[in-house]
Amino acid sequence: MSAPVEHAGPALDVRPAGTRAVLVTFGTLAEVTAFRAGLEAEPVPGVTELVSGARTLLVRFDPERTDPTRLAPRLQAVEPVVPTRADVPEVTTIPVTYDGEDLETVAALVGTTAAQLVAWHTGQTWTSAFCGFAPGFSYLTGSAPSLDLPRRTSARTSVPAGSVALAGEFSAVYPRASPGGWQLIGRSDVAMWSLDRDPPALAPAGTRIRFVDAGRA
Amino acid sequence: MSTLTVLQVGPGTSTQDLGRPGFSDTGLGAAGAADRGAAALANRLVGNRPDAAVLEALLGSVTLRSDAHVVASLTGAPCPVTVESADGRVRGAACFEVVTLAPGDVLRVGTATAGLRTYLAVRGGLAVEPVLGSRSWDSLARLGPPPVTVGDVLPIGDAADAWPLVDAVAPPRWSAVLDVTAGPRDDWFTPEWRTVLAGQVHHVTPDSDRVGVRTTAARPLVRAVTRELPSEGAETGSLQVPPAGHPVLFLADHPVTAGYPVVAVLTPASVDRAAQLRPGDAVRFRVLD
Repeated sequence: MSAPVEHAGPALDVRPAGTRAVLVTFGTLAEVTAFRAGLEAEPVPGVTELVSGARTLLVRFDPERTDPTRLAPRLQAVEPVVPTRADVPEVTTIPVTYDGEDLETVAALVGTTAAQLVAWHTGQTWTSAFCGFAPGFSYLTGSAPSLDLPRRTSARTSVPAGSVALAGEFSAVYPRASPGGWQLIGRSDVAMWSLDRDPPALAPAGTRIRFVDAGRA
Repeated sequence: MSTLTVLQVGPGTSTQDLGRPGFSDTGLGAAGAADRGAAALANRLVGNRPDAAVLEALLGSVTLRSDAHVVASLTGAPCPVTVESADGRVRGAACFEVVTLAPGDVLRVGTATAGLRTYLAVRGGLAVEPVLGSRSWDSLARLGPPPVTVGDVLPIGDAADAWPLVDAVAPPRWSAVLDVTAGPRDDWFTPEWRTVLAGQVHHVTPDSDRVGVRTTAARPLVRAVTRELPSEGAETGSLQVPPAGHPVLFLADHPVTAGYPVVAVLTPASVDRAAQLRPGDAVRFRVLD
């Protein structure tokens, strides 16, 4: 079951993004998610792919079937849908060893202890907002108020695969070793990306995640 | 199954097809041939289906031995081409023409004389093992059939259709002007962005690859909105502008999301042209209305 919500505020901000896509911008991630759910519930002809961002939805289309002029009113007419409990899929559990290099620094930054930071990270449900940066790299948003952490002032040249990290309003698990500027609070053995799985990403957009403290298991 | 054996190959040569669109939600881009038009032309010249895999060779420079009767074509960056038969006889061949190979023939593709990427199609397509439905190597995700190396045996598939009516075509006439459409984040730059982009020559820098063509110019683009851009989906052809103010032109292996604002997007034809730019090349942009 889904609950339609009223259209609020001014018309959608729909921007050109080349000849085969438009970019719709929003004020919050929740609005992106609700708009996308509404668009997926009643697909618009010619739309080929949706790419969620933190505040945007890129709408790709087949230029032989539609164009921005025809698309605009259809997008304006989309009824955003806020997912209700019954829509929400199962929760995937990710065990984490909380011994990240930045754990104490982050705790100090937000004026708490490492133990309380771990309790905050494990004590909420995270939802994959979108993937980017690398295959299987899911930007997870929490159900608890965000810490809105800054990135590290200098990026690490190599963050190990499985690193559990925080930045801005997001948490993430690095699918593989890569450069990165996020704050590292722990590590996990879970494969965020595997070609032996369909889909290969553990947490595509919409997936709900719960982190558990492996040290306490 | 007929095969081509790789006797010599330069760095950065991979199999490519139409890519694997549809995995953006998992953080995986589409990849595929960097110069779509050239790859499609190579396939048409040998009567292949559009989804047949071709070889994308950086600056040409590849030598292959055929074990069967094979019909091939070369497009994109033009190269000198010869065919040496098993008894040592050498005959001439050329890009933008159909080349026929007999068992034991060696196809020698020299270094490209212009442009960056040469496409080799064989009738039936290259039937290397696909990954997630595509035979494209994605250099950013490091996913797909790996880049081609000496000793590889490339199987030839059955992705052929009716024979085409031509056996030679005119080489492309490359423009030094790339067409863009404004947006989606043109308003994040000062209004002078149009003249900064279109009113001066930009040069391609050596750190360009299948992810993007990096550029530099005398005058950088200047941000009007200076806050950090939350990551957002980006199109192939996007002109992403990092803090230094010089656009990176997103090619086939670009990341799914951009972390810096995109001031404008290349037209599909200009994406193909951009994929043939060499480090040091000078380009201009034209903003279409």
